[in-house]
Amino acid sequence: MATLIKERRIVADSWHLLERGPKGELPEVPARGDVVVPLALWLERRDGLLSRAETGTLGVWLDANDGPEALAADVRSFPLIAVNFPKFGDGRGYSIARLLRERYGFKGELRAIGDVLHDHLFFMYQCGFDAFALREDQDPQEALSAFNTFSDGYQASVLRPVPLFRRRLVAGKS
Amino acid sequence: MYRYDEIDQKLVDERVVQFRDQTKRFLAGKLSEDEFRALRLRNGLYIQRYAPMLRIAIPYGLLSTKQLRKLAQITDKYDRGYGHFSTRQNLQLNWPKLERVPDILAELATVQMHAIQTSGNSFRNITTDHFAGVAQDEIVDSFVWCEIIRQWSTFHPEFSYLPRKFKFAVNGAKSDRAAVAVHDIGLHAVKDAKGEVGFRVLVGGGLGRTPAIGFVIRDFLPWRHLLTYIEAILRVYNRYGRRDNIHKARIKILVKERGPEKFREEVDAEWAHLKDGAATLVPEEIARIEGRFTRPNYLRLPATDARFEAALATDRAFANWHKRNVHPHKKAGYAAVTLSLKKTGVPPGDVTVEQMEKIADLADRYSFGELRVSHEQNLIFADVQLSDLHLLWQDVRALGFATPNVGLLTNIICCPGGDFCSLANAKSIPVAEAIQQRFDDLDYLHDIGEIDVNISGCMNACGHHHVGHIGILGVDKSGEEWYQIEIGGNQGEIRPGRGASLGKVIGPSFARAEVPDVIEKLIECYLARRDSEAERFIDVVHRVGAEPFKESVYGNADQRAAHRRGQLASA
Repeated sequence: MATLIKERRIVADSWHLLERGPKGELPEVPARGDVVVPLALWLERRDGLLSRAETGTLGVWLDANDGPEALAADVRSFPLIAVNFPKFGDGRGYSIARLLRERYGFKGELRAIGDVLHDHLFFMYQCGFDAFALREDQDPQEALSAFNTFSDGYQASVLRPVPLFRRRLVAGKS
Repeated sequence: MYRYDEIDQKLVDERVVQFRDQTKRFLAGKLSEDEFRALRLRNGLYIQRYAPMLRIAIPYGLLSTKQLRKLAQITDKYDRGYGHFSTRQNLQLNWPKLERVPDILAELATVQMHAIQTSGNSFRNITTDHFAGVAQDEIVDSFVWCEIIRQWSTFHPEFSYLPRKFKFAVNGAKSDRAAVAVHDIGLHAVKDAKGEVGFRVLVGGGLGRTPAIGFVIRDFLPWRHLLTYIEAILRVYNRYGRRDNIHKARIKILVKERGPEKFREEVDAEWAHLKDGAATLVPEEIARIEGRFTRPNYLRLPATDARFEAALATDRAFANWHKRNVHPHKKAGYAAVTLSLKKTGVPPGDVTVEQMEKIADLADRYSFGELRVSHEQNLIFADVQLSDLHLLWQDVRALGFATPNVGLLTNIICCPGGDFCSLANAKSIPVAEAIQQRFDDLDYLHDIGEIDVNISGCMNACGHHHVGHIGILGVDKSGEEWYQIEIGGNQGEIRPGRGASLGKVIGPSFARAEVPDVIEKLIECYLARRDSEAERFIDVVHRVGAEPFKESVYGNADQRAAHRRGQLASA
């Protein structure tokens, strides 16, 4: 089981990630429990699943080539959205996260899944992820230190919506 | 020089701590080769043919003598006594030990230097005109804009794992000395009718395996929107750039596959959300960055100097050097000087520790303690008094950096090639040397006039062969080193009316020993056809086409066809 870090702490995880079957078929959604369904399944069965999302027991996950645009209208219904990193060097998830947070106003848990490694947590965190399903071989205690890698950043990000140059100017004036 | 504030310094210090920890975990077996590779590359650390190679960033090519002395110290302590200035205006060390690299980074941080994003699939060191801030045809001081973009691109949380590397160039003068058309993004500063500064934005240019000239995605981008607009381009690229094939992952491929118009629409759609947002630049920030640059304390000088004029009239060797290696300056009584790192017999761009120290001394004495690295792998003293030129020349000559060949055939751009690089198909340095030896007659060189000869040891094109007026590419043919020759490339609009272009291969490749002969034939062909001395090699190629040049090398079309038939018959 992957360790879950949420809000910079190691926590227990109640969510079950549902994946496509070996032939690409969409999974069955169990009647009970907290489940995260693939985007395609959500899009196909949205009306039947909406109330479950709204009661907080159904989330959706996007793969790196999925567009967050597909969730624009529903984003506030979900308690959780997960974004898959198929390979640690695949940076699409960072853009997806910022769009979900900044453009679509998603306020729930935004979870990084897949090839989620110690050395990538800092940037993921800046981009709006607050939960990280670490790859199994990662040392979760060591990984916690990654959140302190840099004390600041130049750019606007989800965590620091005001870019450094504007904060510098304010600091310079006071 | 841009001087760091506390936050700039802290981020660089924190990077050292981060990389030290990553190296420690790698050596302890907690990070796989593959995972560490992605991390070390964005700190400029390659594992090369014989040893690691560390690429140290020299942001936009600007260096203080304090920094150069530190580089000398590091080169002495951790390497074998020499470094290599690259076409990306960086310094490469070829022999550091992996476990010592964190210490090297710590030493660099003490002089506000680093190796951040000098490699890997990241936003790389920004390059610019080596005459920024002193050129007579200046529109803006491009250093200021480079620094703004440097900060924006450093540790960008969203764009740290791009599909592929990303190269960015800024040109702030009328002439394009930054080759903006062959970068992933190139900016060319312009002023509109009201005098407001903006940028012509080019995207999708590049060299490498699939060379391309960038297309103008925007004619005039007002400076305030610079960061939000770049962010829009990068976001489209980060999301849709190909990640399935490393050879198709650069932004130029995305632009080509989408088509420039469609690509522009996508960028505009993204920009509509970002425009006027928090990253919109404000005049106070431009002023703040400008204010953090040290400026030479120029004297008020007359436009001419009698001693200098006298030396020019009486000392022919000095006059030759002046003609090629001294450049006009926007301040009266000053000039910019190129120290040529292209002496025959020395790998282009290589400098020893002793030379670095002596160069630092000279820059302190003659040029306000600063220097620049040019993408042509030379060094520039940007602010020399005319009255000092003759003295400086004697000092520089004693160091071996006064070869009066800037802009001439022997000022060859050349990658490290098969002597050092694990990617190379062929050696490049010995080819450069053989050409330099063949063209060792200075009068002849001056007569040939301005020409760029660029050599790459493989199709990754670090030697920029596609934009050499003559480009030479090392290729591998069943384990043997061969060289393909291109003509007609041009790095950018240095002279009005002749924009960037890509060279075309003239025909079958050659053995290494044949290359100087081929170059000689091409040059003879040019000399026989030029209208006047003002018409350069590249101009003649574009006027008369490639055919006469091919003929001079391979014979006429009939002879070539007969030759091909012969080859086929014997095959």
